[in-house]
Amino acid sequence: MTAPSTPVLVAELDEAAAVSRQDRVNLVNLDPGPRRHALSTRLWHWVNALALFVLFFSGLNISNAHPQLYWGQWGFDPATAWLRLPTFPAWMTIPGYYSLAEARLWHFLAAWPFALGLAIYLVVALWRGYLSDFVLHRDELRWRTIVADVRQHLKLDFTPHFGRFNLLQKYLYILVLFVGLPLMILTGLTLSPSMSTAWPWLLDTFGGRQSARSIHFVVAWGLFGFFVLHVLAVALSGPVGQVRDMIIGGRAGREPA
Amino acid sequence: MIAPLKIGRRGVVGALLTGLLGACAKVADSAPGGALLETVERWNKGAQRLIAKRTALAREFAPADISPSFRGNGNTRPMGSAYVAHEGAGFADWRLVVSGLVERPLSLSLDQLKTLPQRTQITRHDCVEGWSAIGQWSGPQLGHILRLAGLTPGARFLVFRCADDFSGNPYYESIDLIDAFHPQTIVAHALNGAPLPIKNGAPLRLRVERQLGYKHAKYLTGIEAVASLAGIHGGKGGYWEDRGYQWYAGI
Repeated sequence: MTAPSTPVLVAELDEAAAVSRQDRVNLVNLDPGPRRHALSTRLWHWVNALALFVLFFSGLNISNAHPQLYWGQWGFDPATAWLRLPTFPAWMTIPGYYSLAEARLWHFLAAWPFALGLAIYLVVALWRGYLSDFVLHRDELRWRTIVADVRQHLKLDFTPHFGRFNLLQKYLYILVLFVGLPLMILTGLTLSPSMSTAWPWLLDTFGGRQSARSIHFVVAWGLFGFFVLHVLAVALSGPVGQVRDMIIGGRAGREPA
Repeated sequence: MIAPLKIGRRGVVGALLTGLLGACAKVADSAPGGALLETVERWNKGAQRLIAKRTALAREFAPADISPSFRGNGNTRPMGSAYVAHEGAGFADWRLVVSGLVERPLSLSLDQLKTLPQRTQITRHDCVEGWSAIGQWSGPQLGHILRLAGLTPGARFLVFRCADDFSGNPYYESIDLIDAFHPQTIVAHALNGAPLPIKNGAPLRLRVERQLGYKHAKYLTGIEAVASLAGIHGGKGGYWEDRGYQWYAGI
């Protein structure tokens, strides 16, 4: 009489074991949600950071070769310069001594990953919809909201009101991503006599090679200013967690305190 | 408790910057790092040659755009006794010798150069240091002179010999055949309608409009067609190239 019940018991036990295995699998595969920073964003962030570092400090070395800025197509006489620049000390430059020839090599070496990296990042980000984080809410275009957000920033409160980024963050990132960084590439290309031959519209866009050189220099320092604010904001919002998330990705919705 | 933490952070940022700047020096000093830096010149040349047509013309300006003066840079007056004598004689006996891998070596006087078909162009001169000047240049196309001499099939570069030197090291330059036969590449004898001033290369200078100023050799005495730049002075194709500057100076 007991014989027929044995297979049933075995089947029940098997079923129970299968469920428990599935539970364990579920626990391991529990979907933790998307990363806070996508892999493409993190890769680009660090490649770009290194490239901008080399570009800026080799640029200071290049600036020392003729520390005057002009406006228009031509300019060579320091007396007609609109801005006379200081000579940047050797410890601030790449290489760590005055060498226009070597500084140019460093500048071009970093310019390639900078320009290609930005182009690839923007295409990937557009494709996968990351750029929607920067879309401004209608209310964010109002002067009142901007003033309120600046006040909030001064109290070191960075809580966003619409979406992922707060208002100043959005404005700043839009300015850097779509104006500052592309301007650096385009004004840099304008300085090349071969590129301005291939693409003469560059000269018309910026009003001449010397104007482009001035814009290149001013925007470079603008980006340096962004770098200072950026590092400051990271330092004030849990720097260890921020840097960790920009390296290993973090989890969306879990911002470091 | 916050203050010491902040100093700590600043210390970290400072150490990071110093470390990165130092790392750049380490990379440059290493053999692969140095090779990588030199490879960049090839990327620049490759990309620019890909984007620009071989015959694309550099921007030519209107007479109103000419800068009120044209800066002289580098050597602004050769000190050799031969040059000083030529200057005293108004460059009447100056010769441009075309030699090397050519079928018909030439020795051209200024008058002969002026009887060749002339090209006049108002172009911008871009110095590697960053400044620019605009001037009107006149002279025969280099391509025309080279066709008169007839390059032999082995010729790949044109080497330009000059009358000036830096502490006994002669100035020289070189370009490839693409730039040599470019319509705007001329042997200029006039700037803004007057004979070339001494500071700008009297009596003859090269104009290679799509490259930086140091390629535009001044005080030209000779043009030599060669198969390779190796063995000529430092072997890098120019006075500044032998001192670390890029041979391709389109950027």
